[in-house]
Amino acid sequence: MIKETYPVRAGDMTAAGDVSARIKRQMKQLGIDAAVMRRVSVCTYEAEINLVIHSLGGEITFEIAPGKILVRATDVGPGIADIEKAMTEGFSTASNEVRNMGFGAGMGLPNMKRNADAFFITSQPGAGTDIRMEFGI
Amino acid sequence: MGVKPLPDKEIYYHSVRLDASKCMGCTICLKHCPTEAIRIRNNRAMILSERCIDCGECIKVCTHHAKIAVTDPLDVIKRTRYAIALPAPTLYAQFQGVHQATAIIAALFRLGFDDVFEVARGAEVVSYAISKMLITQDRKRPVISSACPAIVRMIQINFPSLIDNIIDILSPMEAAAKIAKEEFARKRGVPMEEIGAYFITPCAAKMTAVRAPIGQEKSYVDGVISILDVYTAMSAFLKEGFEPFEIERASAVGIGWAAPGGEAVAVGSRNALCVDGIDNVMRVLEQIEDDRFDRLDYFEGLACVNGCLGGPLTVENGYVAKNRLSRVIKRADQKTVRRSDIFENAQETLRMTVPIQPNNVLQLEGTLVERLKKAEQIEEVLSTLPGIDCGSCGSPTCRALAWDIVHGNASEMNCIHKLNARISALAAQMIELEQSTRFSNHQEGDTTQKE
Repeated sequence: MIKETYPVRAGDMTAAGDVSARIKRQMKQLGIDAAVMRRVSVCTYEAEINLVIHSLGGEITFEIAPGKILVRATDVGPGIADIEKAMTEGFSTASNEVRNMGFGAGMGLPNMKRNADAFFITSQPGAGTDIRMEFGI
Repeated sequence: MGVKPLPDKEIYYHSVRLDASKCMGCTICLKHCPTEAIRIRNNRAMILSERCIDCGECIKVCTHHAKIAVTDPLDVIKRTRYAIALPAPTLYAQFQGVHQATAIIAALFRLGFDDVFEVARGAEVVSYAISKMLITQDRKRPVISSACPAIVRMIQINFPSLIDNIIDILSPMEAAAKIAKEEFARKRGVPMEEIGAYFITPCAAKMTAVRAPIGQEKSYVDGVISILDVYTAMSAFLKEGFEPFEIERASAVGIGWAAPGGEAVAVGSRNALCVDGIDNVMRVLEQIEDDRFDRLDYFEGLACVNGCLGGPLTVENGYVAKNRLSRVIKRADQKTVRRSDIFENAQETLRMTVPIQPNNVLQLEGTLVERLKKAEQIEEVLSTLPGIDCGSCGSPTCRALAWDIVHGNASEMNCIHKLNARISALAAQMIELEQSTRFSNHQEGDTTQKE
């Protein structure tokens, strides 16, 4: 079965999107249903951008087995203080600089939750965030 | 999902071919092909027919002119009793010093055609049909243009999730052929079978679109003639002045379709985007697929830089042609399109009759378990390759070579870096062997030669 882990560097906007592009290519090669592929793609992109903008660095794991796709985004900090608030549409802690680049609209996490079949998030301020998303195939 | 549709023989007709006598087996076309449809084998390029979308990139980049486009010779018009020329508006921008379509149409009559129907007129009807559909139908956005056949084929292969976004209206070429033949039959009172419509093309993809149509059973076009093949004769006629003629003429709106963005303007979309150049189009289609656009309404993607004006079978440089076309447009009828009966119900009469299907050629075959296994093998092989995508192995990238190896179409030793390492290892083994037997030259007890 396919399991790929890609590191994502904090603040590296030039590479932002590379990981989701690689995962998408893998899904296309595997002939994953187009609608599912699009949802996974949207979620991995959001997760990757989050890691670049908000985290101190982390990694994305893409796993695929008969029946389901699993995307996991983990980082080493700083963690989310109020997850409920972070899950609210429009809420963002992104800097003006990032917003000027068209990111940080506060739609990332809600968008992931909406597009995944199952969405789990745990976070510890000072530690890190762990997001798990599942998709049926 | 994942199940390969049986390949239809017609799907694999291609205008783009290799002239093996001119091919040096270099890696230029290999590295430029957007669908990775080229391999170098036995020092010659080879086109993987099921992957080729006839975009003509290889024709444009080959320094040895070994990539060619097969089109019909001008003589093809003798096949039918009556012949109608269908000039792509791109033709109007090919001749230096000529800034009016009238002279060019006159030259087409002199080539031997009985009538001329401007494809730009077909474009006007198509624009009308599309604009109506954009307003009245609830369609997946952005609606994607179907005018560039190379882009439609690219979507079939690389972006199957966007197939439903493609507008199911025939191209201006098909619209022009259909209307031209119907009008001619009515006006002259002759049977349809005796009338042929011949497209004067700037590109190879149109030839393929006629031989292996998308969205219809059979093309309305009876022959496709390259601009390159009529250029010399037409240039000569253009120097001689012309006889007056009478045909219904296209306006600026239709002629504008030849340049990037002309279509988007003509269909009157409020938030449209036009992208030219196949690599750019691919990047934007990725963005569309990932929902990265805000309410994009219409997308016009053109395989060639400068759109049809930059087609592989044009004579004039694409930028020069673009500049010239703007002058041709200024001299054309500026009024909005004259609505005649050909516009009636165009959204129905020009509707595609065959659904566009995905082409799964870039996907792995078999059940999901089998596909996963193959993908795993590809990753495994890939991890042993140098990852520099040099193309010397004859596959465009290391990943493509890994795919080819797993599918039994290449060997690991095609990689010159791996081959080099293997040769070094073998050489070391040979030296070791040579020095380790009792037949070795060096004297017994002499250890200085080892190391």
